[in-house]
Formats: sequence, C-alpha cells, structure tokens
Amino acid sequence: MQLIDCPWCGPREEVEFSYGGQAHVAYPADPAALSDEEWAQYLFFRDNPRGPFAERWVHAAGCRRWFNAIRDTATYRFHRIYRLDEQKPATP
Amino acid sequence: MTAPEHADFLWRNPEPKRSYDVVIVGGGGHGLATAHYLAKNHGITDVAVLERSWLAGGNMARNTTLIRSNYLWDESSAIYEHALKLWEGLEDDLGYPILFSQRGVLNLAHSLQDVRDGVRRVEANTLNGIDAEWLTPDEVAKVCPIVNTSQEIRYPVLGATYQPRAGIAKHDYVAWGFARRADQAGVDIVQDCAVTGFLTDADRVTGVRTTRGDIAAGRVALCAAGHTSVLTDLLGLRVPIQSHPLQALVSELLEPVHPTIVMSNAVHVYVSQAHKGELVMGAGIDSYNGYGQRGSFHVIERQMAAAVELFPVFARAHLLRSWAGVVDVCPDASPVVGRTPYGGLYLNCGWGTGGFKATPGIGACLAHTIAHDEPHPYVAPFGLDRFVTGALIDEHGAAGVAH
Repeated sequence: MQLIDCPWCGPREEVEFSYGGQAHVAYPADPAALSDEEWAQYLFFRDNPRGPFAERWVHAAGCRRWFNAIRDTATYRFHRIYRLDEQKPATP
Repeated sequence: MTAPEHADFLWRNPEPKRSYDVVIVGGGGHGLATAHYLAKNHGITDVAVLERSWLAGGNMARNTTLIRSNYLWDESSAIYEHALKLWEGLEDDLGYPILFSQRGVLNLAHSLQDVRDGVRRVEANTLNGIDAEWLTPDEVAKVCPIVNTSQEIRYPVLGATYQPRAGIAKHDYVAWGFARRADQAGVDIVQDCAVTGFLTDADRVTGVRTTRGDIAAGRVALCAAGHTSVLTDLLGLRVPIQSHPLQALVSELLEPVHPTIVMSNAVHVYVSQAHKGELVMGAGIDSYNGYGQRGSFHVIERQMAAAVELFPVFARAHLLRSWAGVVDVCPDASPVVGRTPYGGLYLNCGWGTGGFKATPGIGACLAHTIAHDEPHPYVAPFGLDRFVTGALIDEHGAAGVAH
C-alpha cells in the first residue's frame, strides 16, 4: 500500500487519507459580481492534467489536518508534500 | 460441431490519408460506433478513426460489459433506452456475433432510503416505457438464488429493482463487429496514431496533428473518454471532467452459478458471470485523479468483502486478474456530448463509469450530431452549456459509481 507522508504525523498508509481534489482554487473574492459562465468555472471545472498535479489531501483517520501535495497522476508518485501556509512549489 | 471459419483480418490497417471529411479521435467502442453510424445512417464514409494505441484497448477492454437502461431522469432514460433497443438488433446490424445476453439486472436495496429511491426509479422507468419491477427479498431469491437474502447480515437485502431486458455482451466482439462494418463501408481505422495537437483557423478546428503527420478534417469528434482533458487542454478548452481509475476483476472459470446481474450501490459491488464462466466484478472508482490504468489494493479488498457477504458461495473462488480503466467523471454523473466553442469540434466524454452500455446509442446520436452540426434530440440536454444554465442531470443514484 502506498505511504503518504503527512506533514505532522509522518508516513502513514493511504487508507488513512481522503482526497480533496485540485488545490489552490480560491473562493471568488466577490461572488455576486461573477457572470454565470465564471460561476460555472468556479463550481464545476477543475484542471485534470496527466502528470504533476497540485492537490489537497486530509489525514482523515489521523490528525485530521489538511495539506497539499504535488503528485503525478500518471505514476501516482508524490513529488512534494507541503503545508497549507506554504507557497505552491514549482512543478517538476 | 465445428466453429465457423473466422476471417484472418477484420479490417485493413491503412496509412492515414492527409485529409478526411470526419476524423474521430479514439478507437474505442464510442469512436467505432460513431464511424459505423456515420456510414450507415448518413452515408458519410470519408472518415478516419485515429487510435493512439491498439483498437479498443482502453476502457473498451476494461469495462464489466453491463447493459441496462433503468436510469432515473427522462433525459438519461431516453439515450440509454435508445442504446438498449439498438443492442437488441446489433448482431443482425453488424453481421457479427456479440454474445448479447438479456439476463436481467437486480439493483439491491439495503436501507430504507435505498428502498424509496428504488421504488421511485421503478415508477419513473415505467412512465418512460422501460421494463422495471420492484422485487421483495423472496422474489430476489427466486431470480438469483445465490444472493444471501438472510436478514441477519450487516446490510440485509430489503428488496431490489429488476430490469429483465438488461444484459451483458462480449466487449471485444462488439468493438470488432463495429470496426469490421465501418471498415467495409470505407472508414479508415488507423491504430498507433496519437493526436498531439489541433489545426485551427480562428475559432474553427480544421484538422489534427498526429504522430503520423498532420491530417486535415472537415469535422473532428473526440471519443477519448478519460484522456479527453489531455486533448482539450491543447486547445485551452476546459471540460468539467476528472479522470479516475476504475478497477474490475475476474475469477477463474466456474460452472454457471450466476443467472443474472447483481449490483449493489450500498455495499458496492456488481457481479455478472461471463459466457466463458468467469465471475466479472467491478469496484468503485479510486478517489484520486489518475491516468495510471491501475488503482489501490484496498479498493479491491473492500469490493471482495462486499461480494463474499452478498454471495457466500464465492468465498472460495480464486481471483484470476484485476485491472483498471481511466474513467471521465462529470460533476452530475452524466455525459457531456455535443458542439463546442470551436466550430467543427464535437465532444463526447464524461460517460464515467457507464460508457459501454451506451455504445450503439451514442454512436448513432453523435453521428447525427456530426452530420447535421446540430445535437441529436437525445443528446441535446447533455451539452456543455448545462453547467452554466444549471440544468444538470443528476444521475448519482442510478449511475452512482456502479455501472
């Protein structure tokens, strides 16, 4: 089973974690000003690359804290794991 | 009895021409069916189907071959029932055996909410002219004696919806049948030809760049399932899909023990028995995005636990092999089909976990959409614009993850 390196707990088995999809999708600063098209983009559209992807994970059966990771969606290898208050690293 | 002689080759392997009226990207079930109906229904035969790998080697080789049309909403019922009616005549149409066997599907209910949802779906199906019945646990046991209908298990069977016309087909034969017919009509099936970019003229797509050179096209249709985003990213066009691994597995060959198809969304497993004798079982999608054509072992482990609880007779069966496809999941569990902001470019994606059963239906409707540059009425509700208007078609209940 894949080990995921929780920034607080260290490496734990994948079953302890839940997936949160694409990271760094900010809530719109002024939602009421958005057009229907812009709102649809925020609500329903996410990047779906084949390769490195910045995404959110939560250590659901552990410390229950969220963190971000750069993971390759083709190989499933975690390249970087970083805390929510850290900048997004440059993708490899 | 001797088997009838099988042709050495079912299709040519032509060099791609430099130009076609229609280029279909993706040589899986949907792409091949679209080519067949373009030729058959619309007389359009200057068509190429471009496949980056080998024919029908992606999700078409990795599904669990279930065919049914018992979806909740009118829009989904229409397209899936259209497909089921085409399945019923497909062997004759293709002149090729596809081992289509209408053995029925049971969708088990394990909670009061499941029961309410199931009864509602049966009523909705009946109103749409689709065969559907609600069965009590005793009636479930009559249709499929190996299901554990004891009320003493963790998630007892409280009833089931039943669609007798549902069934299975041999996925490889379906692909080969479509490919053979399309080839006979003059369609070029080009394998080992990956699309690496698009030729455009302002807001119109005029062709594709491929690993075997540029190919001009009057119209381009994308039938690339889980890899659709990789293609649309080349145009800067966003599609609301996420690609996930979906795992399935087969047991060793067994005597016929399983007369129908059983699906359970609550404990999450779906099982049928192929003609050859393998038990074919599907799992839920892996939660993370993934293009790896493999998933995590714990997903298979949970699926096996569910299968053994529901079918104690399977406890000593051996797993033969497991695999995964790359499924394109949409926020409302319904597909995205139709025109795009680019003229001459048509989308067909988002079928997620349920694309196989739709194969002839979407082939016919996408061919119509391409030929008339106007969405076929059955696919019109599934346009990209529904995410802006909010007219979503929420099929999480009937599609769920199971298919």
